[in-house]
Amino acid sequence: MADTPKPAETAKIDHYPSPFEKGWMNKRAELKPGVYCYASKPKNLEYVGMPFPKEWHPADEDWKLPENWKEIVEEGFKDRLDKYRSFKLFMDICVRCGACADKCHFFIGSGDPKNMPVLRAELLRSVYRKNHTLAGKILGPFAGARELTEDVLKEWWYYLYQCTECRRCSLFCPYGIDTAEITILGRELTNLVGLNTDWIAAPVANCYRTGNHLGIQPHAYKDMLDFFTDEIEDITGIRMEQDLNRKGAEILFITPSGDVFADPGTFTCMGYMMLFHYLKEQGLDITWSTYASEGGNFGYFTSHEMAKRLNAKMYAEAKRLGVKWILGGECGHMWRVLNQYMDTFNGPPDFLEEPVSPITGTKFKNAKTTKMVHIVEFTADLIKNNKLKLDPSRNDHLKVTFHDSCNPARGMGFLEEPRYVIKNVCNNFYEMPLETIREQTFCCGSGAGLNAGENLELRMRGGLPRANAVKHVHEKYGVNMLSCICAIDRAVLPNLMEYWVPGVEVTGVHEMVANALVFDGEKKRTMDLRGETLPGMEEDEEDV
Amino acid sequence: MNFVLSILFSIFAVTVVILIPWIGVGALDLRVLFGIVIPYAAMATFFVGIVVRVIGWSRSPVPFRIPTTAGQEWSFPWIKSNPIDNPKGTWGVVVRMILEVLTFRSLFRNTRLEYRRIDGVPKIDYEWEKWLWIAALLFHYSFFVIFLRHFRFFTEPVPAFVTLLQNLDGFMQMGAAPFNGFGLPGVYLTDMLLMAAVTWLLLRRIFYSQIRYVSLPSDYFPLFLILALGTSGMLMRYLLRVDVTKVKELAIGLFKFSPVAPEGIGVLFYIHLFILCVLIAYFPFSKLMHLAGVFLSPTRNLSNNSRFVRHVNPWNYPVKTHTYEEYEDEFREHMIEAGIPVEKQAEPKAETEEKE
Repeated sequence: MADTPKPAETAKIDHYPSPFEKGWMNKRAELKPGVYCYASKPKNLEYVGMPFPKEWHPADEDWKLPENWKEIVEEGFKDRLDKYRSFKLFMDICVRCGACADKCHFFIGSGDPKNMPVLRAELLRSVYRKNHTLAGKILGPFAGARELTEDVLKEWWYYLYQCTECRRCSLFCPYGIDTAEITILGRELTNLVGLNTDWIAAPVANCYRTGNHLGIQPHAYKDMLDFFTDEIEDITGIRMEQDLNRKGAEILFITPSGDVFADPGTFTCMGYMMLFHYLKEQGLDITWSTYASEGGNFGYFTSHEMAKRLNAKMYAEAKRLGVKWILGGECGHMWRVLNQYMDTFNGPPDFLEEPVSPITGTKFKNAKTTKMVHIVEFTADLIKNNKLKLDPSRNDHLKVTFHDSCNPARGMGFLEEPRYVIKNVCNNFYEMPLETIREQTFCCGSGAGLNAGENLELRMRGGLPRANAVKHVHEKYGVNMLSCICAIDRAVLPNLMEYWVPGVEVTGVHEMVANALVFDGEKKRTMDLRGETLPGMEEDEEDV
Repeated sequence: MNFVLSILFSIFAVTVVILIPWIGVGALDLRVLFGIVIPYAAMATFFVGIVVRVIGWSRSPVPFRIPTTAGQEWSFPWIKSNPIDNPKGTWGVVVRMILEVLTFRSLFRNTRLEYRRIDGVPKIDYEWEKWLWIAALLFHYSFFVIFLRHFRFFTEPVPAFVTLLQNLDGFMQMGAAPFNGFGLPGVYLTDMLLMAAVTWLLLRRIFYSQIRYVSLPSDYFPLFLILALGTSGMLMRYLLRVDVTKVKELAIGLFKFSPVAPEGIGVLFYIHLFILCVLIAYFPFSKLMHLAGVFLSPTRNLSNNSRFVRHVNPWNYPVKTHTYEEYEDEFREHMIEAGIPVEKQAEPKAETEEKE
């Protein structure tokens, strides 16, 4: 694994390519350790039946491509042009105005000109022009066209796995050209010839087999929830058991497996558990599932087909258990898939009912056909209808800001709900600068399957714009807690904060909800969900 | 390709475009070819080309509903949604598209990265940057007004709106131009704005290193072509006048499909006309197709309603999934042991094994 440079080293970034370069087409991509992820292991591709599994390493000269790789890629390219209007249009209409250039967190953090969204797309467009346009065929490089060679394919791989599909560039593009769409389809092409990363292929294989990315088997999943139940009992004095795979429940709950696996996601998971227990008396009838134990979808970072294959579990399990509707946890790309793809992939879920909150009677009209509700909107509705007794002062030791995750922001427009919940469960909330939040939010730098260890330098670079905005509110208001509604964020932002803004921790929204939630008959809270002493509360303990 | 080479190539191409009619009409007097045949061919290429391209795009379906949401979604009645930037239905999309097409709304969001290091610590700001938006608006609207003004050459009598436009456009500079009183007509504001905007768009391509890096010959070529078009037009109007009556005779003939190529118009007119022909014939094969493409962009022209209105993918196909039965078969024993409900009880075979 490459050594990650110190922040002061990383910060030396030059955003201005020198004037007399040869031109990008003549420059071979130099694959730098610390930037790329390791290649997929054959067993992970084999398990899900993906083509050309093999042992290979990006640093090797020989990537062991199949003999007819070029034919496969070009055929795949053509096929996708015919299937996706987005792809065809985005290959044709870019005017290279450059509005997207400095909007990409990877360009801002690395200065690598091929990380400008326009150029990332040009890597594919150049080949498109060569094969599909008259000018490209005749004029070649003078029309911006180039032949698909092994070097070009390697360059694609290198840069397509340096894009987190965050869509910030598409917001600024006057024609709405969406690099995520190009990355997604470009990655499909690399997958056709067995080029992927193990950090994506392994979770995909795991998810296919065990129902979740982390490969947690059903009994282990139960163990983890049991462990959290004990933890919660220590903090509140109440045992909050959860149901697993229970048939006949009204609601199925699905959350990213990261939430049950590692801190600080686990605290968010405990938050969900406490909320469900709190609502039990008011009539919440909910179950978790070990089969549909993954909200996220690394298949989406592989191909549309793999996304569909992994997503299918959600409706299948809802049908098997006979629930009325599905509640989804806090996750970013999960919600892009649920909002923009799920019903189209695997619907219509006509065996489900239009979601209604059993507590408030609110109809979730915006989830009418998909039948899946975001837990943050579910909770926002509870708070609005005064169904939760909350003591926000329990979060008084936190000065909170909110990181909009790319997908809920630009693939859904889920902006106010989390803010409404946060403002009701904590007293100190500060927004980051407007150019870095809401629809203009910056990526954590590790989405779309890039949250590996070997590419830490890239992740720290890509996360720089986000970290810089956190630093701003950290210095200005003393913000010490970065909240988010995404499992990948919870997994990667702690590293990013440690690297660029030490002194800021990361939390999910429901961790703060559960901290503030006042239970009947609970013992006096002296600790938060992290087991850390609540300042100001320890005095009360002495009184007792 | 190096940017110098890109620019030289484009300049060379535009020079050829200018030389062709210069020689063709100036030396060879091929008035019918350059005044009638080529304009018709160019117009046909333009219209047919655009239609073919748009049909080509339309033939590829939109499998998924992927709008870029740029504001709050439609949610609870007590949460204010942004019906334009995150439309829930057709009307929102219509307004979003109108604003996108007429006011370049997305480009208006543009900011400029300001990256600094203070004692080795990065400090990033996003500064005001509306120049691209301003130049783009000025360029497109000036071009549009100039196009409309040209109707005075194609129509008899000249429609009132054209005269009005002409007066408005010329009004600002009337009497203010340095050459006024020397027998020169008033300067049109849009002529100046167009040339200024195109020049700026060209200069930013050369001097902004990021834009220079991504620019291709096909980015410089249309700019040079439009500069040449504007220059030849302005030369005709302000310095080297051509016989406008005869130009009009030719233009009206073209539009009435009874073309004539009168003698003695002046070669400059043919150069202007030929550049225009090249521009519109090039149009369907180039990035200029963004004019039509923007209307079809799925991140802009779709409403964000896929959670409450089902979107159908016409080529959706069944895929292989890992079913619950397969899952339970693999983990049944563990599940039973952990007290997780199962569909089928453990196989008798397993039981016998246990007994043994």
